[in-house]
Amino acid sequence: MDAKLKETILNPIFKGNPITVLVLGICSSLAVTVTLKGALVMALSVIVVTGISSLILSLLRNTIPGRVRIIVQLVVVAMMVILVDQILKSFEATYAIDKQLSVYIGLIITNCIVMGRIEAFALGNKPWPSFLDGIANGAGYGLILIVVAFFRELLGSGTLFGFDILNRFGYVPNNLVILPPFALILLGCIVWVQRSIQKDLQEK
Amino acid sequence: MEYLSLFVKSIFVDNMIFAYFLGMCSFLAVSKNVKTAAGLGVAVIFVLLVTLPINYLLNTYVLAPDALIKGVDLSFLSFIVFIAVIAAIVQIVEMVVEKFSPELYSSLGIFLPLIAVNCAILGGSLFMQQKDFLNIGEATVYSLGSGLGWFLAIVSLAAIREKMSYSNVPAALKGLGITFITVGLMGIAFMTFMGIAL
Repeated sequence: MDAKLKETILNPIFKGNPITVLVLGICSSLAVTVTLKGALVMALSVIVVTGISSLILSLLRNTIPGRVRIIVQLVVVAMMVILVDQILKSFEATYAIDKQLSVYIGLIITNCIVMGRIEAFALGNKPWPSFLDGIANGAGYGLILIVVAFFRELLGSGTLFGFDILNRFGYVPNNLVILPPFALILLGCIVWVQRSIQKDLQEK
Repeated sequence: MEYLSLFVKSIFVDNMIFAYFLGMCSFLAVSKNVKTAAGLGVAVIFVLLVTLPINYLLNTYVLAPDALIKGVDLSFLSFIVFIAVIAAIVQIVEMVVEKFSPELYSSLGIFLPLIAVNCAILGGSLFMQQKDFLNIGEATVYSLGSGLGWFLAIVSLAAIREKMSYSNVPAALKGLGITFITVGLMGIAFMTFMGIAL
């Protein structure tokens, strides 16, 4: 694998993370992080949608007229999201999670990461790198989701993936962590940690 | 009375930003000063108010099970129909505003196209589908309330950020980090409305 391709894959995961650096796709990332299971399903759905829609639009990039490209992108992305939603609904194990994620699966359509990567990368690159770029950005998004969900489930319910971790030691679950605003505060702390490590990202 | 309750509830309790995090991307990007924030807020109210009732009618008379043809359930198409309606309406609104009110167009100008991919708009339609409103009046009141709630949130964040530019924030927390934490604290403040029942 050549260096450029490797850069395409590794960059979105930490240095150019879509959530903490590019500030894309915040909307859905916070509401689905109450439990690790929900976050994991959401992360996988976004990886699939960004990967495959980047691939399709990269294949179509020379045939789409520039003026109508937004609507073509929305149609392709919406189609992928419908597929993911129908697949989640059709298995017993994932049906409950689909219900729990409710509107947020549908909101992957307007998740800025998907559209952002298509506009910024897939429309100007060959299918294979575009596919990898989509997957990697989905993974960068998923990573933040899982970190936030880890803390929220551990501190908010004392469990991980539904298994009891802290409660057996007499831990009293902190309900504040379950409430939506705490996800934002946690995300603020993640940004703080990342920018303390990578000083060049700090804003003047 | 029911309308009033729904209205107040959709502004404060079910606030799009603080309870559901919808429309966060533009919320964070366009909240640096109050004037532009208010412009985007007005545009969001307007587009929500137009698209949500239309999507309500489509959902009730076309997409719902047995609505169009007996025994046919088209609800799996709702995502694509909603987003197509939103994209089309935004385009039409943009053209109408440009033709009849150039001043408004120049002040909203850049925000209008952005709104097509604002999660708050699609989110409003998806919540409408979940809430099973009885008639179009309820859907309209809900859309106005959610839009106002969004407007309120972005204007107040912009005001706080304008003041915050004078304070001494740790270097690594400057900009994005402190904004996240501010929004979180504002969200906690908004939770006081949760117990209200009208």
